[in-house]
Amino acid sequence: MQVTMIVNDAEVTREIEGRLLLVHFLRDVLGLTGTHWGCDTSNCGTCVVWLDGEPVKSCTVLAAMAGGHEVRTVEGLAKGAELDPIQEGFMQCHGLQCGFCTPGMMMTCRALLDKNPDPTDAEIREAISGQICRCTGYSTIVRSVRWASVHEAAAAQTEGAQA
Amino acid sequence: MQVPAPFEYERATSVDQAIGLLERLGSSARLVAGGHSLLPMMKLRLATFDYLIDINPLHAELGYIRVGAGEVRIGALTRHRELLESDELAAAFPIFRDAERVIADPVVRNRGTLGGSLCQADPSEDLSAVCTTLDASCVIRGPGGAERVVSMGEFHVGPYETAVGDGEMLTEVRLPVRPGGGSAYVKVERRAGDWAVVSAGAAVWLAPDGTIADARVGLAAVGPNTTGIPEISAALRGREPAEKLYEQAGAIAARSCDPATDQRGSADYKRHLADELTRRTLRTAVARARS
Repeated sequence: MQVTMIVNDAEVTREIEGRLLLVHFLRDVLGLTGTHWGCDTSNCGTCVVWLDGEPVKSCTVLAAMAGGHEVRTVEGLAKGAELDPIQEGFMQCHGLQCGFCTPGMMMTCRALLDKNPDPTDAEIREAISGQICRCTGYSTIVRSVRWASVHEAAAAQTEGAQA
Repeated sequence: MQVPAPFEYERATSVDQAIGLLERLGSSARLVAGGHSLLPMMKLRLATFDYLIDINPLHAELGYIRVGAGEVRIGALTRHRELLESDELAAAFPIFRDAERVIADPVVRNRGTLGGSLCQADPSEDLSAVCTTLDASCVIRGPGGAERVVSMGEFHVGPYETAVGDGEMLTEVRLPVRPGGGSAYVKVERRAGDWAVVSAGAAVWLAPDGTIADARVGLAAVGPNTTGIPEISAALRGREPAEKLYEQAGAIAARSCDPATDQRGSADYKRHLADELTRRTLRTAVARARS
């Protein structure tokens, strides 16, 4: 069957099998290997991407289901050479060690900040409660999201002052 | 790599078109909504179908929460996140928000649906216990737009088995609204987002004089299906809410359920939880009914 969707703002059309999972479509068909493939049972969350702006576990979504919809992956977070504040936060606060969970973590946390720009630590932990970091880096992940939140607020204030 | 066995993917364009497909394809076809139970089962070859009919495109038609004076109607494709975030639903039935906070995790809740949860008919599934507690009825649509309405007791035929036949589809869940109501849900789980070791839901309706006009308790993960316990309702009706009464209800829950020892806990421990969680949810439900 043929599927057409928008991935990171670009339209793609491919011939696929109905049973192909979105995670494998992104990685193996489109070569977007930033999205990781982990537990395969929607427990670990490393495969999180956005489907129409909502984080979903792409190991449990058929590529065909995404047809006609918009998908965003970790490759689509940065604006050109400018990193998203979430990415910057993970760098600044050591939000990753091995990096395996990082793409999924960042996609979920970006979506969190879009809805709730100033989350509490408890709200951040709740948001990532379906995702597993085996380097036990949750504290630094929470700190990274706080960093992004604070810096975004500061940047918005600066912009506001200039306007 | 785990992938489902090959199947043909069909996309639904309307409820009646989906039912038409189901009618034509029979038991070789299955509807898929959120897919977070079905796809993992298909990966493990616990379920194999020749056709999957994707009903996500019907969200505009079947994703809704309508709170009326005497009834709340929820479309089968309403997602967990929508159930969690609906203030109207939380005001009518706080048990939904209690449960949705502990169902899977926020990302899974973006996909999973009420109808999918009920149709999965997993004995540990939380929304089945919620709907049992609230005495929900399920609207099943068949060929030619014919609808039948069944109680939760009739809906769940056995573990992973429902009253929905080939060529039929669960479209709506209806919850009766009665005056003086309060409800609550508590789940004990081993880790965030896990299936319940045991969960309990309670709903009470207080009469103007403060006595219990009616009460219902629904338990998950302690038997072949989530079940209401009529004996508890009978024991509570007409009585003044009190700790002693909750203890009595808890004792009935513990001896009425049928838990199995598994990796989540021993049967004895689960009976203990059925007792304790019944008491806790009744206590909270009464407090909410009074406020």
